[in-house]
Amino acid sequence: MSRLSRRGFLVATLAAGAEAHAAPEEKDAKKAPPKPAPIALVGGTLLRAGEKPLPKAVVVTDEEGRITYVGDDEAQASAGTPKPRRIDVAGKTITGGLCDPLTQIGLVEVSLEASTSDQSADDEDPIQAAFRAADGYNPASSLVAIARQQGLTTVGVIPSGGLVTGQSAFVDLRGTAPEQTLGRELMALHVRIDDGAYGSYEGNRANAWLRLRELIADTRAFAKNPQGYDRRQMRQMSASRLDLMATQRALEGEIPTVLHVDRASDIRTALRLAKAEGLKLVLASVAEGWKAADDIAEADVPVVLYPLDHGPRSFAALGAREDNAKRMHEAGVKLAFSTGSSHNARKLRQAAGNAVRAGLPKAEGIAAIIDGPARAFGLEEDYGSPKKGRRANLVVWSGDPLEFSSRVERMFIRGFSTSLRSRQTALFERYR
Amino acid sequence: MLIKDARLLTGDGRDIPRGYVLMRDGAIVATGAGDAVDVPEGTTVVDARGKVVTPGLIDTHSHMGVYASPGVRAHADGNEMTDPITAGVRAIDAVWVQDPSLERALAGGVTTIQVLPGSGNLIGGRAVTLKLRRRTDAGSMRFVGAPDGLKMACGENPKRVYGERKRMPMSRMGNLEVQRQAFRDAKRLMAEWAEWRAKERERLEKLAIERRKFAAEEADRKAKTDRCDAGRIAPRTCRKWKAKWAAEPLVPPSDIGSLPPKADLDLETLAGALEGHILVHIHCYRADDMSRMIALADEMGFRVRSFHHALEAYKIRQSLALRQISVSTWADWWGFKMEAYDGIQENLALVSQSGGRAIVHSDSAEGVRRLNQEAAKGMWAGRHAGIDITSAEAMRWITLNPAWALGVEDRVGSLMAGKDADIVVWDRDPFSVYASAERVYVDGRLSFDRSAKAAPWSDFEAAPDEPPPPPTPKKEAL
Repeated sequence: MSRLSRRGFLVATLAAGAEAHAAPEEKDAKKAPPKPAPIALVGGTLLRAGEKPLPKAVVVTDEEGRITYVGDDEAQASAGTPKPRRIDVAGKTITGGLCDPLTQIGLVEVSLEASTSDQSADDEDPIQAAFRAADGYNPASSLVAIARQQGLTTVGVIPSGGLVTGQSAFVDLRGTAPEQTLGRELMALHVRIDDGAYGSYEGNRANAWLRLRELIADTRAFAKNPQGYDRRQMRQMSASRLDLMATQRALEGEIPTVLHVDRASDIRTALRLAKAEGLKLVLASVAEGWKAADDIAEADVPVVLYPLDHGPRSFAALGAREDNAKRMHEAGVKLAFSTGSSHNARKLRQAAGNAVRAGLPKAEGIAAIIDGPARAFGLEEDYGSPKKGRRANLVVWSGDPLEFSSRVERMFIRGFSTSLRSRQTALFERYR
Repeated sequence: MLIKDARLLTGDGRDIPRGYVLMRDGAIVATGAGDAVDVPEGTTVVDARGKVVTPGLIDTHSHMGVYASPGVRAHADGNEMTDPITAGVRAIDAVWVQDPSLERALAGGVTTIQVLPGSGNLIGGRAVTLKLRRRTDAGSMRFVGAPDGLKMACGENPKRVYGERKRMPMSRMGNLEVQRQAFRDAKRLMAEWAEWRAKERERLEKLAIERRKFAAEEADRKAKTDRCDAGRIAPRTCRKWKAKWAAEPLVPPSDIGSLPPKADLDLETLAGALEGHILVHIHCYRADDMSRMIALADEMGFRVRSFHHALEAYKIRQSLALRQISVSTWADWWGFKMEAYDGIQENLALVSQSGGRAIVHSDSAEGVRRLNQEAAKGMWAGRHAGIDITSAEAMRWITLNPAWALGVEDRVGSLMAGKDADIVVWDRDPFSVYASAERVYVDGRLSFDRSAKAAPWSDFEAAPDEPPPPPTPKKEAL
């Protein structure tokens, strides 16, 4: 490790240490984990998916890091034991935490340095279903605090090697131990057909679909007779035992399957396959989603897209348009947004702002970066806009969350007040 | 044409709440606060109340055309990675004018771009400045009168590209040696040219004297011959002369000079940079890499016009400002490689605050479509950190400062009488995420109009995949 990077590591550690409770947690993991002090955010304007903006809102959290009250009854701000700490946020905007569901935060520190990248099993095998992003997730990565500075409290962490790239994790951007960070250890199984942000499967798409169907068939055979597989009484399988088990999880609907596709024809193939096989499908990238919007809406399949992706960047995305989100919304498709970036997942709100610029209603633009991901991955019990019972992932903004002029003033993750400093803050202060 | 009652962000540091721009024959003829005076009869008047008018935006770093969309292998024309020094190759020779990204950049308010070769090579070649006019060849998109740029690169890219092939450069040491050698070779070539020119000048001066002598002698002989022929000279004398002339025939002086030095397009390009008529643009991230490149420039005698990417410019911002080296950078890119690890969002604001020329560049066919938003991020990152950057100053980052970096600041980059009428009308404050360019004028011509449904420029998109129009109800047969 060079002197420079060691210093970087120290700064990142110090920044993380600045958060309340973080240091003792590491020292003595056996003790009961520290609990957040209940708080009551009072007086701000609350933005929630599917609701009108609520002025003079009150949001109360408890020691479990859950939301206990959302509304406009000020008496609730001092109810409960222990009594919540009252935080006056009049004139501010309150939202749930932002979520980019398709990043590699915590898996990649410096993209071009292989020694700092853990996003793939790194072998030639196109089937890497068993690969788990959660195992490699590094909560001390400098990217964590940098993403928080622009309002992100939660991200999906996805693998990227091969055709079936593995299983993603859903993490809260705070804490150190897995039970503090992992919102869902296995978020989804990912299949990459097209050339989106994290590279593509090298084979042609016909072969990709073929390999996928073969994997599904093998998994079904394996699921019917796992003992037979173990006793080597079965034909040659196209994937390893762990890969088959992971795929089985997806086939049984335990976790969603994300198909990363762009071309309209691939979107339709994905819909057909998911219907035939009973997959719990999420479509990602979907540059030409607007062309198949009615089919996607009819199948009730959520999509995750990058609203700044427009223009024919590839032959699979010839129809990429800036009003893709608007058109799909109008057709009734459930939207979530992703930057497809890790270091710059922080520009998620800019991406949403541009979808609004291109005609998407603003409330939908905000919902697509707060509620959309939770909805798409079946996590809306715990995540999304502030709601009683959900995790207290909250952001207090100086104004419109999508505008450049607004900044994050306070952030709470699982009820903990969370630092808004990062390694970059430290660099700025050093050279100011 | 007159645009009136708009807020003007002039590009040169002024923010005029209500002003006008009068243009004619492709140029701005008058602009300022309040109402226009002396508006000629027949002028088209555009009421721009509630709108914001700015100069056309300028991007110092684009690979549109040389890495065109769609990004197929056949469109990879921006890096001649067959040798680390390819100073003589020219981006203009590779610009595909049908790149669909060009029109999308225009729709984002961009009117002038510099297209550079990539950064795989230490000296990648000549960059060209284009105006985003719809043309069928790159030559006629060229910004007439703009100097060429020279694209250089330091740091990780060249050493990675060539190091992987086990050839020089494999390290930063190699980077600098190969660049130093190239400039020394260029200086030698310049010396050879200077020597040859001096020799030639001397020869030609001698030749002129000899030619005069020859002409005089020829005239003398001719006159004498005429006089002999006319019988006005004694035949004996004439015979003596003719005998002498026969012994000494008139030979015109030789005009054969020495051969000039052999043409070397790489070294001639570097010579152009050393002489200052080609502007030097260097891809460089780390502060220490930039400092080494400045040392190289001092040693060789060229000036750096702009560092590109320059994520650590904030660490040496005073020195860059003092040396008048502009900083072309992004608002927030970082971390994609080790030399990009220390990027901070306050970079633009800190450079600007120190009196340096801060520039928002795109290096991306996607980013170029919203330079205004990138400038907004840089402005607000500064403000949130306590550095007061005005909108007028942030507008300079995407107009007059890049114009200076490209050597076209006398022609574009601000709303000023006499400059080209490259103008953008925004539907609101361009530093809002919701802002769009409504109309974009290039050389006074309305080149983009958001309200008009125009066919795409690019032949590639000649048959756009538009959603079908809603079905028209069929008329009942009578």
